[in-house]
Amino acid sequence: MRIFISLIAVLFMASATNAGTLEDVKARGVLNCIVNTGLPGFSYTDKAGRWKGFDADMCRSVAAAVIGDGEKVKFIPATGKTRFTLLNSKEGDVIFRNTTWTFVRDVDVKLAFLPTTYYDGQGFIIRKSKGVKSAKELDGATICIQTGTTTELNLADYFRANKISYKPVPIESNEEARKNYLADRCDTYTTDASGLAATRATFDKPGDHLILPEIISKEPLGPVVRHGDDQWADIVRWTVYALITAEEQGITAANADKMGAKSNDPNVKRLLGTEGNLGGMLGLDKDWAKRAIKAQGNYAEIFERNVGPKTPIGLARGLNANYKNGGLLYAPPFR
Amino acid sequence: MTPGKTEGPITVTEDGGYLPGTHPDLPPPSSVHGPVHWIKVNLFGSVTETALTLVAAYFLYSAITFLVGWMFVDAAFTGESRKDCRAVATGACWAFIGNRFSLFIYGFYPEPERWRVDLSFVLLILAMVPVLFDRMPQRSKALIYTCLYPFIAAWLLVGGFGLEQVSTDQFGGLMLNVVIGVTGIAFSLPIGIVLALGRQSQLPIVRILCVSFIEIIRGVPLITLLFVAAVMLSYFVPPGTNFDLLVRMLIMVTLFASGYMAEVIRGGLQAIPNGQYEAADAMGLKYWQSMRLIVLPQALKISIPGIVNTFIALYKDTTLVIVIGRLDILGIGNSSLADTKWQGLSTEVYVFVAFFFFVSCFAMSRYSLWLEKKLHTGH
Repeated sequence: MRIFISLIAVLFMASATNAGTLEDVKARGVLNCIVNTGLPGFSYTDKAGRWKGFDADMCRSVAAAVIGDGEKVKFIPATGKTRFTLLNSKEGDVIFRNTTWTFVRDVDVKLAFLPTTYYDGQGFIIRKSKGVKSAKELDGATICIQTGTTTELNLADYFRANKISYKPVPIESNEEARKNYLADRCDTYTTDASGLAATRATFDKPGDHLILPEIISKEPLGPVVRHGDDQWADIVRWTVYALITAEEQGITAANADKMGAKSNDPNVKRLLGTEGNLGGMLGLDKDWAKRAIKAQGNYAEIFERNVGPKTPIGLARGLNANYKNGGLLYAPPFR
Repeated sequence: MTPGKTEGPITVTEDGGYLPGTHPDLPPPSSVHGPVHWIKVNLFGSVTETALTLVAAYFLYSAITFLVGWMFVDAAFTGESRKDCRAVATGACWAFIGNRFSLFIYGFYPEPERWRVDLSFVLLILAMVPVLFDRMPQRSKALIYTCLYPFIAAWLLVGGFGLEQVSTDQFGGLMLNVVIGVTGIAFSLPIGIVLALGRQSQLPIVRILCVSFIEIIRGVPLITLLFVAAVMLSYFVPPGTNFDLLVRMLIMVTLFASGYMAEVIRGGLQAIPNGQYEAADAMGLKYWQSMRLIVLPQALKISIPGIVNTFIALYKDTTLVIVIGRLDILGIGNSSLADTKWQGLSTEVYVFVAFFFFVSCFAMSRYSLWLEKKLHTGH
């Protein structure tokens, strides 16, 4: 019994020592970043084994801000089911893995969700030959769906609300879904609209497939850290805001040094550390934001390089435009 | 000259026939013998059989022509993207495997250091020779090298002492499968033997410990144990200590395989007649002597199929490392497939990975058959 009590005490002690991720990362000299095992445009490995994509670049920006070198990242690929476990066991410092911010995950699972980096929504893709024009006509359809994700729950809700039935075909990854959908083992495949667009782009005949007009959910995807380490949460939060603000102010990877030295705009100067000491308040140095921007560019540069209209994935900015251009990206002021 | 043979003119009559009883033995007529007869009887014996044969032949023909066409005839072997492949061929796109080959093999192991992986693999094969073939000359000396091999390999792969340090989280691809598989195989057999003996021990504490260990391990899925290794253990070690994740994983995989191994070997031990144990006692052999000289050689021989079965299962289970965030050969395939240049080639990846596992497992299974035959001393 006594052993049991002391075991429990150890467990509590371990979970109480949540603070200090910043010190851990600095001491380690490497940021442990949890990413998707493979999602086109967001995280994948290239020929040389380098992680690439929107989420991977975000990891590098945070590493550049904290450690000073955007390449000091250890990528931990995780499935939908293991990502939170890996974070909570401290294998990872932050999740950049297209993770939807929900009430239960935030409040009950006790994770800290940071600003959304990509606003998405769940859609359906279906063969034009099936003659379906709206998701409401999908009564009795077999649907490929990734397990352990919010899309699974949204799907159930949507069909229940519309009083129609469906047969789920549970699958593990996007690639598997693609295979099953093309083999006609499911009538339709549902996931985030960005994923559908990326998947459709690789079909042999993309024109034969239709993404239905209904977007049945809100999927704000963003970084996640452990509950209870506010300093670390602030660092990741304001690094993302720095990238968004940089786009707003026209600061790019190429001109960040020049802007910092020459700009007369106090907003730009505060962000880039030539005026005041915002970085010091975070526990970093003055140049943290400049390094983050120089590592992979501002938000727009990261977006355009990985998933923008010029890439095979070809996503428009849409909701992910800066608020000045009618999007939802809105960073609080740096002052 | 024996009667009934064809030699000599006496046996032949004037019109070229044979005298009674002197006709030479003829081969059986082809209607009751030979391949044609075999086909007739076994494949076209009745209407149902004929129908089944024709249907099966049709399916075999179409499957084989499809496979050969897809894998070789219509396959593309060069190209820089899936589009390149599709432009020249309709079948498999092996260019993808070629493009990512070193990633599949070495994972994220730094490029200038990859010779160390190659070298440790060559040394592994050399270390296996004395274990696999007991008739090689100087075997006992070679076995010393085999026992040292794990340390040499660990030094080569991880570095230190003059070599550049490589963090274990850069291990990946096939190399990760082999590291985990070989470690599990090499250590689970001795641990399994000890556990099996412990389970039959006269000492209650040893027996209870072994039984509970085996039952706990067998009662829990491997994936859960790997989770425990990745997640729970970090709660129990003092904060700040860094207990390498790969080592934790190796320990878990080894313990898991040992639990099963112990039961396989216990089966072998129980098949040894009591008389053998008693005879060993009667000769005045101590416990370990009797085990080493009398009981275990027989028990292990009987257990070979089960042991190799466990090895093969363990080897294939190495793909589960994805749950703790490591990319083995299959995981590398998935993360590479998310590259928009290559998206949609999962069949090629699965065929490639299946081929690799088949070759390794089939080799193990063939070796075990050979070993069984060699050790067969029954009548």
